[in-house]
Amino acid sequence: MSGPVLEVEALCKRYGAELAVDGVGFRVERGETVGLLGPNGAGKTTTINTILGVLAPTSGSIRVDGCDLARHRSRALARANFAAVYAPLPGNLTVEQNLRVFGLLYGVAGLGARIEALLDDLDLRRFRRTKVGLLSSGEQTRVALAKALLNRPRLLLLDEPTASLDPATAREVRARIRAFAASGEGGVLWTSHNMAEVQEVCDRVLFLSHGRILLAGDPRTLPAEHGKATLDDLFVAVAREPLSIREAP
Amino acid sequence: MTPLRHVGAILLRQLYLMRGNPARLIPLFAWVAIDVVLWGFITRYLDAVSASGFSFVPVLLGAVLLWDFFGRVMQGVTMAFFEDVWSRSFLNVFSTPLTLPEYLAGLVLSSVATSAVGVAVMVSVARGAFGLSFLRYGAALAPFLGVLFLFGIALGVLGCAIVLRLGPSAEWLIWPIPAVLSPFAGVFYPVATLPGWMRAVSRALPPSYVFDGLRAVVAGRGASAPALAAGAGLALLWLAAAGWLFVEVHRAAVRTGRLARYGAES
Repeated sequence: MSGPVLEVEALCKRYGAELAVDGVGFRVERGETVGLLGPNGAGKTTTINTILGVLAPTSGSIRVDGCDLARHRSRALARANFAAVYAPLPGNLTVEQNLRVFGLLYGVAGLGARIEALLDDLDLRRFRRTKVGLLSSGEQTRVALAKALLNRPRLLLLDEPTASLDPATAREVRARIRAFAASGEGGVLWTSHNMAEVQEVCDRVLFLSHGRILLAGDPRTLPAEHGKATLDDLFVAVAREPLSIREAP
Repeated sequence: MTPLRHVGAILLRQLYLMRGNPARLIPLFAWVAIDVVLWGFITRYLDAVSASGFSFVPVLLGAVLLWDFFGRVMQGVTMAFFEDVWSRSFLNVFSTPLTLPEYLAGLVLSSVATSAVGVAVMVSVARGAFGLSFLRYGAALAPFLGVLFLFGIALGVLGCAIVLRLGPSAEWLIWPIPAVLSPFAGVFYPVATLPGWMRAVSRALPPSYVFDGLRAVVAGRGASAPALAAGAGLALLWLAAAGWLFVEVHRAAVRTGRLARYGAES
Protein backbone atom coordinates (compact mmCIF):
# COMPACT_ATOMS: atom_id res chain seq x y z
CA MET A 1 0.00 0.00 0.00
CA SER A 2 1.40 3.40 -0.93
CA GLY A 3 -1.24 5.92 0.25
CA PRO A 4 -1.03 8.06 3.37
CA VAL A 5 -0.75 6.30 6.72
CA LEU A 6 -3.32 8.64 8.23
CA GLU A 7 -6.20 10.52 6.64
CA VAL A 8 -8.37 12.65 8.91
CA GLU A 9 -11.34 14.33 7.25
CA ALA A 10 -13.70 16.96 8.70
CA LEU A 11 -13.16 15.65 12.24
CA CYS A 12 -15.43 17.21 14.86
CA LYS A 13 -15.78 16.47 18.55
CA ARG A 14 -18.42 18.26 20.55
CA TYR A 15 -18.88 18.09 24.34
CA GLY A 16 -22.31 19.58 24.89
CA ALA A 17 -22.06 23.18 23.68
CA GLU A 18 -18.28 23.11 23.48
CA LEU A 19 -16.63 22.22 20.19
CA ALA A 20 -13.26 20.69 21.13
CA VAL A 21 -12.30 19.76 17.55
CA ASP A 22 -13.90 21.70 14.74
CA GLY A 23 -13.60 20.26 11.25
CA VAL A 24 -9.97 19.18 11.39
CA GLY A 25 -8.56 17.48 8.31
CA PHE A 26 -5.01 16.42 7.51
CA ARG A 27 -2.84 13.58 6.25
CA VAL A 28 0.36 11.94 7.35
CA GLU A 29 2.36 10.42 4.52
CA ARG A 30 4.66 7.40 4.73
CA GLY A 31 8.10 8.44 5.97
CA GLU A 32 6.78 11.78 7.18
CA THR A 33 6.80 13.22 10.70
CA VAL A 34 4.01 15.71 11.30
CA GLY A 35 3.93 17.93 14.36
CA LEU A 36 0.56 18.71 15.90
CA LEU A 37 1.09 21.93 17.80
CA GLY A 38 -1.01 24.29 19.82
CA PRO A 39 -1.60 25.66 23.30
CA ASN A 40 -3.13 23.56 26.05
CA GLY A 41 -6.78 22.90 25.28
CA ALA A 42 -6.34 23.46 21.54
CA GLY A 43 -7.63 19.97 20.74
CA LYS A 44 -4.38 18.02 20.18
CA THR A 45 -5.02 15.24 22.67
CA THR A 46 -8.70 15.06 21.68
CA THR A 47 -7.59 14.56 18.07
CA ILE A 48 -5.09 11.87 19.08
CA ASN A 49 -7.65 10.09 21.26
CA THR A 50 -10.11 9.93 18.38
CA ILE A 51 -7.40 8.46 16.14
CA LEU A 52 -6.69 5.85 18.84
CA GLY A 53 -10.37 4.87 18.94
CA VAL A 54 -10.78 5.66 22.65
CA LEU A 55 -12.89 8.74 21.89
CA ALA A 56 -15.71 8.71 19.37
CA PRO A 57 -15.80 11.72 17.03
CA THR A 58 -19.08 13.59 16.68
CA SER A 59 -18.54 13.54 12.92
CA GLY A 60 -15.81 13.07 10.38
CA SER A 61 -13.71 10.12 9.32
CA ILE A 62 -10.34 8.62 10.17
CA ARG A 63 -8.46 6.14 8.00
CA VAL A 64 -5.28 4.45 9.20
CA ASP A 65 -3.23 2.99 6.36
CA GLY A 66 -6.40 2.94 4.28
CA CYS A 67 -8.57 1.25 6.96
CA ASP A 68 -11.63 3.14 8.11
CA LEU A 69 -11.45 3.31 11.91
CA ALA A 70 -15.22 3.43 12.41
CA ARG A 71 -15.89 0.37 10.28
CA HIS A 72 -12.76 -1.73 10.78
CA ARG A 73 -11.61 -0.69 14.22
CA SER A 74 -9.39 -3.69 15.01
CA ARG A 75 -7.74 -3.72 11.59
CA ALA A 76 -7.06 0.02 11.75
CA LEU A 77 -5.68 -0.09 15.30
CA ALA A 78 -3.43 -3.06 14.44
CA ARG A 79 -1.64 -0.66 12.05
CA ALA A 80 -1.15 2.07 14.67
CA ASN A 81 0.48 2.43 18.07
CA PHE A 82 1.23 5.23 20.46
CA ALA A 83 3.19 6.48 23.42
CA ALA A 84 2.13 9.29 25.71
CA VAL A 85 3.45 10.56 28.98
CA TYR A 86 -0.05 10.37 30.51
CA ALA A 87 -0.57 6.72 29.50
CA PRO A 88 1.93 4.73 31.55
CA LEU A 89 2.32 1.00 31.06
CA PRO A 90 1.28 -1.19 34.02
CA GLY A 91 3.98 -0.48 36.59
CA ASN A 92 3.50 -3.84 38.33
CA LEU A 93 4.63 -5.83 35.28
CA THR A 94 8.25 -6.12 34.19
CA VAL A 95 9.48 -4.63 30.93
CA GLU A 96 9.46 -8.03 29.23
CA GLN A 97 6.01 -8.94 30.60
CA ASN A 98 4.55 -5.66 29.35
CA LEU A 99 6.02 -6.18 25.90
CA ARG A 100 4.72 -9.75 25.79
CA VAL A 101 1.18 -8.79 26.87
CA PHE A 102 0.95 -5.88 24.43
CA GLY A 103 2.65 -7.91 21.71
CA LEU A 104 -0.16 -10.46 22.01
CA LEU A 105 -2.77 -7.70 22.00
CA TYR A 106 -1.30 -6.30 18.78
CA GLY A 107 -0.98 -9.80 17.27
CA VAL A 108 2.77 -9.45 16.66
CA ALA A 109 4.20 -12.36 14.69
CA GLY A 110 7.51 -13.77 15.99
CA LEU A 111 6.94 -11.94 19.25
CA GLY A 112 9.92 -13.38 21.15
CA ALA A 113 12.40 -12.25 18.50
CA ARG A 114 10.70 -8.85 18.19
CA ILE A 115 10.98 -8.27 21.94
CA GLU A 116 14.66 -9.22 21.92
CA ALA A 117 15.32 -6.80 19.05
CA LEU A 118 13.53 -3.94 20.79
CA LEU A 119 15.30 -4.61 24.09
CA ASP A 120 18.56 -4.16 22.20
CA ASP A 121 17.44 -1.22 20.04
CA LEU A 122 16.19 0.78 23.00
CA ASP A 123 18.93 -0.30 25.40
CA LEU A 124 16.48 -2.01 27.74
CA ARG A 125 18.04 -5.45 28.04
CA ARG A 126 19.30 -4.88 31.59
CA PHE A 127 15.78 -3.85 32.66
CA ARG A 128 13.92 -6.78 31.10
CA ARG A 129 13.03 -8.27 34.51
CA THR A 130 12.54 -4.93 36.27
CA LYS A 131 9.03 -3.73 37.02
CA VAL A 132 8.23 -0.72 34.87
CA GLY A 133 7.04 1.27 37.89
CA LEU A 134 10.56 1.11 39.33
CA LEU A 135 12.22 2.70 36.30
CA SER A 136 13.16 6.36 35.92
CA SER A 137 10.93 8.51 33.70
CA GLY A 138 13.48 8.35 30.88
CA GLU A 139 13.65 4.57 31.09
CA GLN A 140 9.86 4.35 31.21
CA THR A 141 9.69 6.48 28.08
CA ARG A 142 12.00 4.05 26.31
CA VAL A 143 9.77 1.15 27.40
CA ALA A 144 6.70 3.01 26.15
CA LEU A 145 8.50 3.58 22.87
CA ALA A 146 9.38 -0.13 22.66
CA LYS A 147 5.70 -0.95 23.16
CA ALA A 148 4.77 1.63 20.52
CA LEU A 149 7.15 0.05 18.00
CA LEU A 150 6.23 -3.58 18.81
CA ASN A 151 3.83 -4.08 15.91
CA ARG A 152 5.93 -2.11 13.39
CA PRO A 153 3.11 0.43 13.14
CA ARG A 154 2.28 2.26 9.96
CA LEU A 155 1.15 5.17 12.11
CA LEU A 156 3.05 6.12 15.25
CA LEU A 157 1.31 8.61 17.54
CA LEU A 158 3.50 10.34 20.07
CA ASP A 159 1.93 12.76 22.54
CA GLU A 160 4.74 14.78 24.13
CA PRO A 161 7.11 11.80 24.18
CA THR A 162 10.05 13.82 25.47
CA ALA A 163 8.23 15.72 28.23
CA SER A 164 10.07 15.32 31.55
CA LEU A 165 13.13 13.79 29.91
CA ASP A 166 16.65 15.11 30.39
CA PRO A 167 18.23 16.57 27.22
CA ALA A 168 20.42 13.54 26.56
CA THR A 169 17.54 11.07 26.80
CA ALA A 170 15.28 13.36 24.77
CA ARG A 171 17.93 13.46 22.04
CA GLU A 172 18.09 9.65 22.02
CA VAL A 173 14.30 9.39 21.74
CA ARG A 174 14.23 11.87 18.87
CA ALA A 175 16.92 9.87 17.08
CA ARG A 176 14.84 6.69 17.43
CA ILE A 177 11.77 8.36 16.02
CA ARG A 178 13.68 9.90 13.13
CA ALA A 179 15.10 6.47 12.33
CA PHE A 180 11.59 5.00 12.36
CA ALA A 181 10.30 7.65 9.94
CA ALA A 182 13.39 7.38 7.76
CA SER A 183 12.74 3.67 7.26
CA GLY A 184 9.86 4.83 5.04
CA GLU A 185 7.36 2.24 6.22
CA GLY A 186 5.40 4.43 8.58
CA GLY A 187 4.57 7.99 9.48
CA VAL A 188 4.61 9.84 12.78
CA LEU A 189 2.16 12.27 14.34
CA TRP A 190 3.99 14.10 17.10
CA THR A 191 2.81 16.63 19.64
CA SER A 192 5.27 18.68 21.61
CA HIS A 193 5.60 22.05 23.30
CA ASN A 194 9.32 22.10 22.58
CA MET A 195 9.59 24.16 19.39
CA ALA A 196 13.31 23.51 18.90
CA GLU A 197 12.56 19.81 18.98
CA VAL A 198 9.70 20.22 16.53
CA GLN A 199 11.95 22.08 14.09
CA GLU A 200 14.55 19.35 14.40
CA VAL A 201 12.20 16.39 13.96
CA CYS A 202 9.09 17.38 12.01
CA ASP A 203 8.79 17.65 8.24
CA ARG A 204 5.54 19.54 8.57
CA VAL A 205 3.57 21.13 11.40
CA LEU A 206 -0.10 21.84 11.98
CA PHE A 207 -1.00 24.62 14.41
CA LEU A 208 -4.26 23.97 16.23
CA SER A 209 -6.19 26.66 18.05
CA HIS A 210 -9.68 26.31 19.48
CA GLY A 211 -10.07 22.99 17.70
CA ARG A 212 -9.20 24.26 14.22
CA ILE A 213 -6.03 24.06 12.13
CA LEU A 214 -4.85 27.63 11.82
CA LEU A 215 -1.53 27.05 10.09
CA ALA A 216 0.24 24.29 8.29
CA GLY A 217 3.69 24.13 6.75
CA ASP A 218 7.40 23.53 7.10
CA PRO A 219 8.47 24.38 10.68
CA ARG A 220 11.72 25.87 9.38
CA THR A 221 10.10 28.36 7.00
CA LEU A 222 6.69 28.93 8.60
CA PRO A 223 7.78 31.59 11.14
CA ALA A 224 9.23 33.86 8.45
CA GLU A 225 6.17 33.36 6.26
CA HIS A 226 4.11 34.87 9.07
CA GLY A 227 6.50 37.62 10.07
CA LYS A 228 7.86 35.89 13.15
CA ALA A 229 11.49 35.32 14.06
CA THR A 230 11.12 31.86 15.54
CA LEU A 231 8.68 28.98 15.81
CA ASP A 232 8.36 29.89 19.50
CA ASP A 233 7.15 33.38 18.52
CA LEU A 234 4.70 31.91 16.06
CA PHE A 235 3.41 29.51 18.73
CA VAL A 236 2.87 32.40 21.15
CA ALA A 237 1.06 34.38 18.45
CA VAL A 238 -1.22 31.43 17.70
CA ALA A 239 -1.88 30.93 21.40
CA ARG A 240 -2.54 34.60 22.24
CA GLU A 241 -3.81 36.18 19.04
CA PRO A 242 -5.24 33.40 16.89
CA LEU A 243 -7.42 35.89 15.01
CA SER A 244 -4.30 37.66 13.72
CA ILE A 245 -3.21 34.48 11.95
CA ARG A 246 -4.72 33.56 8.62
CA GLU A 247 -6.39 30.14 8.75
CA ALA A 248 -4.87 27.27 6.76
CA PRO A 249 -6.78 26.47 3.54
CA MET B 1 -5.96 -17.22 16.00
CA THR B 2 -5.78 -13.49 16.72
CA PRO B 3 -8.82 -13.47 19.06
CA LEU B 4 -7.21 -16.30 21.03
CA ARG B 5 -4.00 -14.27 21.36
CA HIS B 6 -6.01 -11.25 22.54
CA VAL B 7 -7.88 -13.29 25.14
CA GLY B 8 -4.63 -14.98 26.14
CA ALA B 9 -2.99 -11.59 26.70
CA ILE B 10 -5.61 -10.60 29.28
CA LEU B 11 -5.21 -13.94 31.06
CA LEU B 12 -1.41 -13.81 30.84
CA ARG B 13 -1.37 -10.46 32.56
CA GLN B 14 -3.18 -11.92 35.57
CA LEU B 15 -0.85 -14.91 35.67
CA TYR B 16 2.18 -12.60 35.60
CA LEU B 17 0.77 -10.57 38.48
CA MET B 18 0.14 -13.67 40.58
CA ARG B 19 3.53 -15.13 39.80
CA GLY B 20 5.20 -11.83 40.61
CA ASN B 21 3.69 -11.44 44.06
CA PRO B 22 2.75 -14.39 46.30
CA ALA B 23 0.60 -12.01 48.36
CA ARG B 24 -1.85 -12.06 45.45
CA LEU B 25 -2.19 -15.84 45.72
CA ILE B 26 -3.09 -15.93 49.41
CA PRO B 27 -6.50 -14.18 49.12
CA LEU B 28 -7.49 -16.72 46.46
CA PHE B 29 -7.83 -19.40 49.11
CA ALA B 30 -7.28 -17.87 52.57
CA TRP B 31 -10.78 -16.47 53.12
CA VAL B 32 -12.56 -19.49 51.71
CA ALA B 33 -10.42 -21.79 53.86
CA ILE B 34 -11.33 -19.74 56.94
CA ASP B 35 -15.00 -19.90 55.96
CA VAL B 36 -14.85 -23.66 55.58
CA VAL B 37 -13.11 -24.14 58.93
CA LEU B 38 -15.50 -21.79 60.75
CA TRP B 39 -18.65 -23.27 59.27
CA GLY B 40 -17.25 -26.77 59.53
CA PHE B 41 -17.00 -26.45 63.32
CA ILE B 42 -20.37 -24.72 63.60
CA THR B 43 -22.08 -27.53 61.70
CA ARG B 44 -20.21 -30.19 63.70
CA TYR B 45 -21.38 -28.52 66.92
CA LEU B 46 -24.98 -28.29 65.63
CA ASP B 47 -24.86 -31.98 64.71
CA ALA B 48 -23.71 -32.76 68.25
CA VAL B 49 -26.35 -30.74 70.13
CA SER B 50 -29.29 -31.41 67.82
CA ALA B 51 -31.42 -34.42 68.60
CA SER B 52 -33.29 -34.19 65.30
CA GLY B 53 -30.93 -36.49 63.42
CA PHE B 54 -30.67 -33.79 60.72
CA SER B 55 -27.17 -33.65 59.25
CA PHE B 56 -26.05 -30.04 59.19
CA VAL B 57 -22.70 -30.72 57.54
CA PRO B 58 -23.86 -31.19 53.94
CA VAL B 59 -26.61 -28.57 54.20
CA LEU B 60 -24.79 -25.70 55.88
CA LEU B 61 -21.17 -26.41 55.03
CA GLY B 62 -22.13 -27.42 51.50
CA ALA B 63 -24.05 -24.16 51.13
CA VAL B 64 -21.08 -22.14 52.38
CA LEU B 65 -18.80 -23.86 49.90
CA LEU B 66 -21.08 -23.25 46.96
CA TRP B 67 -21.76 -19.61 47.93
CA ASP B 68 -18.02 -19.04 48.25
CA PHE B 69 -17.59 -20.62 44.82
CA PHE B 70 -20.07 -18.10 43.40
CA GLY B 71 -18.27 -15.22 45.17
CA ARG B 72 -14.85 -16.36 43.90
CA VAL B 73 -16.11 -16.50 40.32
CA MET B 74 -17.59 -13.01 40.56
CA GLN B 75 -14.48 -11.55 42.19
CA GLY B 76 -12.27 -13.29 39.66
CA VAL B 77 -13.87 -11.17 36.94
CA THR B 78 -13.91 -7.91 38.89
CA MET B 79 -10.35 -8.28 40.21
CA ALA B 80 -8.98 -8.75 36.69
CA PHE B 81 -10.86 -5.61 35.61
CA PHE B 82 -9.76 -3.64 38.68
CA GLU B 83 -6.14 -4.30 37.74
CA ASP B 84 -6.72 -2.14 34.67
CA VAL B 85 -8.44 0.48 36.82
CA TRP B 86 -5.67 0.57 39.42
CA SER B 87 -2.84 0.64 36.89
CA ARG B 88 -4.66 3.19 34.67
CA SER B 89 -4.24 0.93 31.67
CA PHE B 90 -7.47 1.72 29.83
CA LEU B 91 -5.85 4.01 27.28
CA ASN B 92 -3.15 1.47 26.43
CA VAL B 93 -5.47 -1.55 26.48
CA PHE B 94 -8.45 -0.12 24.59
CA SER B 95 -6.33 1.51 21.88
CA THR B 96 -5.16 -1.94 20.77
CA PRO B 97 -7.03 -4.15 18.26
CA LEU B 98 -8.63 -5.96 21.24
CA THR B 99 -12.43 -6.18 20.92
CA LEU B 100 -14.83 -5.93 23.85
CA PRO B 101 -15.97 -9.59 23.62
CA GLU B 102 -12.30 -10.62 23.67
CA TYR B 103 -11.65 -8.42 26.68
CA LEU B 104 -14.63 -9.86 28.56
CA ALA B 105 -13.60 -13.40 27.57
CA GLY B 106 -10.15 -12.66 29.02
CA LEU B 107 -11.74 -11.52 32.30
CA VAL B 108 -13.84 -14.70 32.41
CA LEU B 109 -10.81 -16.92 31.78
CA SER B 110 -8.91 -15.06 34.50
CA SER B 111 -11.81 -15.78 36.82
CA VAL B 112 -11.80 -19.48 35.91
CA ALA B 113 -8.09 -19.66 36.71
CA THR B 114 -8.31 -17.82 40.05
CA SER B 115 -11.56 -19.39 41.28
CA ALA B 116 -10.23 -22.88 40.46
CA VAL B 117 -7.52 -22.34 43.07
CA GLY B 118 -10.09 -21.34 45.70
CA VAL B 119 -12.40 -24.24 44.85
CA ALA B 120 -9.58 -26.78 45.05
CA VAL B 121 -8.64 -25.55 48.53
CA MET B 122 -12.28 -25.42 49.70
CA VAL B 123 -13.06 -28.93 48.55
CA SER B 124 -9.83 -30.32 50.02
CA VAL B 125 -10.34 -28.71 53.45
CA ALA B 126 -14.02 -29.69 53.59
CA ARG B 127 -13.21 -33.28 52.72
CA GLY B 128 -10.06 -33.61 54.84
CA ALA B 129 -11.29 -31.86 57.97
CA PHE B 130 -15.05 -32.42 57.96
CA GLY B 131 -15.66 -35.43 55.72
CA LEU B 132 -17.81 -33.55 53.25
CA SER B 133 -17.29 -34.98 49.78
CA PHE B 134 -19.07 -33.47 46.81
CA LEU B 135 -18.18 -36.56 44.79
CA ARG B 136 -20.95 -38.33 46.71
CA TYR B 137 -23.48 -36.35 44.64
CA GLY B 138 -21.71 -37.05 41.37
CA ALA B 139 -22.86 -35.48 38.12
CA ALA B 140 -26.07 -34.22 39.77
CA LEU B 141 -24.03 -31.35 41.19
CA ALA B 142 -22.71 -30.15 37.81
CA PRO B 143 -25.79 -28.19 36.67
CA PHE B 144 -25.99 -26.41 40.04
CA LEU B 145 -22.35 -25.40 39.79
CA GLY B 146 -22.93 -24.30 36.21
CA VAL B 147 -25.77 -21.96 37.20
CA LEU B 148 -23.71 -20.46 40.04
CA PHE B 149 -20.77 -20.03 37.67
CA LEU B 150 -22.87 -18.23 35.05
CA PHE B 151 -24.44 -15.96 37.66
CA GLY B 152 -21.01 -15.22 39.18
CA ILE B 153 -19.70 -14.21 35.76
CA ALA B 154 -22.82 -12.11 35.13
CA LEU B 155 -22.49 -10.21 38.40
CA GLY B 156 -18.76 -9.78 37.81
CA VAL B 157 -19.39 -8.19 34.42
CA LEU B 158 -22.18 -6.08 35.95
CA GLY B 159 -19.73 -4.90 38.62
CA CYS B 160 -17.20 -3.94 35.93
CA ALA B 161 -19.88 -1.93 34.11
CA ILE B 162 -20.79 -0.10 37.33
CA VAL B 163 -17.15 0.82 38.06
CA LEU B 164 -16.56 1.87 34.45
CA ARG B 165 -19.63 4.11 34.66
CA LEU B 166 -19.20 5.55 38.18
CA GLY B 167 -15.42 5.66 38.50
CA PRO B 168 -12.77 3.78 40.51
CA SER B 169 -14.24 4.60 43.92
CA ALA B 170 -17.37 2.65 43.00
CA GLU B 171 -15.40 -0.56 43.53
CA TRP B 172 -16.58 -0.41 47.13
CA LEU B 173 -20.11 -0.93 45.87
CA ILE B 174 -19.04 -4.17 44.23
CA TRP B 175 -17.27 -6.07 47.03
CA PRO B 176 -20.37 -6.51 49.26
CA ILE B 177 -22.71 -7.71 46.48
CA PRO B 178 -22.54 -11.44 47.45
CA ALA B 179 -23.23 -10.58 51.11
CA VAL B 180 -26.17 -8.37 50.14
CA LEU B 181 -27.66 -11.08 47.92
CA SER B 182 -27.20 -14.04 50.28
CA PRO B 183 -30.31 -13.42 52.47
CA PHE B 184 -32.46 -13.31 49.32
CA ALA B 185 -30.83 -16.33 47.69
CA GLY B 186 -31.84 -18.72 50.48
CA VAL B 187 -28.31 -20.00 50.89
CA PHE B 188 -28.86 -21.39 54.39
CA TYR B 189 -32.65 -21.76 54.54
CA PRO B 190 -35.51 -22.49 52.15
CA VAL B 191 -36.80 -19.47 50.24
CA ALA B 192 -40.25 -20.30 51.66
CA THR B 193 -38.93 -19.03 55.02
CA LEU B 194 -38.73 -15.50 53.64
CA PRO B 195 -41.47 -12.85 53.79
CA GLY B 196 -43.35 -12.20 50.57
CA TRP B 197 -41.36 -9.23 49.30
CA MET B 198 -38.06 -11.05 49.82
CA ARG B 199 -39.43 -14.12 48.05
CA ALA B 200 -40.28 -11.88 45.09
CA VAL B 201 -36.67 -10.72 44.93
CA SER B 202 -35.33 -14.24 45.34
CA ARG B 203 -37.35 -15.44 42.34
CA ALA B 204 -35.16 -13.20 40.15
CA LEU B 205 -31.95 -14.68 41.56
CA PRO B 206 -30.67 -17.93 40.00
CA PRO B 207 -28.91 -19.08 43.23
CA SER B 208 -32.26 -19.36 45.03
CA TYR B 209 -33.22 -22.16 42.60
CA VAL B 210 -29.81 -23.75 43.07
CA PHE B 211 -29.91 -23.87 46.86
CA ASP B 212 -33.51 -25.04 47.07
CA GLY B 213 -32.63 -27.78 44.58
CA LEU B 214 -29.49 -28.77 46.46
CA ARG B 215 -31.38 -29.08 49.73
CA ALA B 216 -33.77 -31.44 47.94
CA VAL B 217 -30.83 -33.50 46.61
CA VAL B 218 -29.23 -33.73 50.07
CA ALA B 219 -32.59 -34.77 51.53
CA GLY B 220 -32.72 -37.54 48.94
CA ARG B 221 -35.77 -36.14 47.11
CA GLY B 222 -34.00 -35.15 43.90
CA ALA B 223 -34.01 -31.68 42.39
CA SER B 224 -36.86 -30.28 40.35
CA ALA B 225 -35.73 -30.18 36.72
CA PRO B 226 -38.07 -27.28 35.78
CA ALA B 227 -36.80 -25.22 38.74
CA LEU B 228 -33.21 -25.91 37.76
CA ALA B 229 -33.98 -24.99 34.14
CA ALA B 230 -35.58 -21.76 35.37
CA GLY B 231 -32.41 -20.99 37.36
CA ALA B 232 -30.22 -21.70 34.32
CA GLY B 233 -32.44 -19.56 32.08
CA LEU B 234 -32.34 -16.70 34.57
CA ALA B 235 -28.54 -16.94 34.86
CA LEU B 236 -28.24 -16.71 31.06
CA LEU B 237 -30.57 -13.70 31.08
CA TRP B 238 -28.47 -12.01 33.76
CA LEU B 239 -25.33 -12.77 31.74
CA ALA B 240 -26.79 -11.33 28.54
CA ALA B 241 -28.04 -8.23 30.40
CA ALA B 242 -24.67 -7.69 32.12
CA GLY B 243 -22.79 -8.08 28.82
CA TRP B 244 -25.16 -5.67 27.09
CA LEU B 245 -24.79 -3.14 29.93
CA PHE B 246 -20.98 -3.33 29.82
CA VAL B 247 -20.95 -2.75 26.07
CA GLU B 248 -23.35 0.21 26.41
CA VAL B 249 -21.40 1.76 29.30
CA HIS B 250 -18.17 1.34 27.32
CA ARG B 251 -19.79 2.89 24.24
CA ALA B 252 -20.96 5.86 26.33
CA ALA B 253 -17.48 6.17 27.89
CA VAL B 254 -15.95 6.34 24.39
CA ARG B 255 -18.55 8.89 23.30
CA THR B 256 -18.23 11.18 26.33
CA GLY B 257 -14.46 10.87 26.72
CA ARG B 258 -14.73 9.14 30.11
CA LEU B 259 -12.60 6.24 28.88
CA ALA B 260 -9.78 8.49 27.66
CA ARG B 261 -9.63 10.42 30.94
CA TYR B 262 -10.58 7.58 33.26
CA GLY B 263 -7.46 8.12 35.36
CA ALA B 264 -8.92 11.46 36.43
CA GLU B 265 -12.23 9.91 37.57
CA SER B 266 -12.63 9.67 41.32
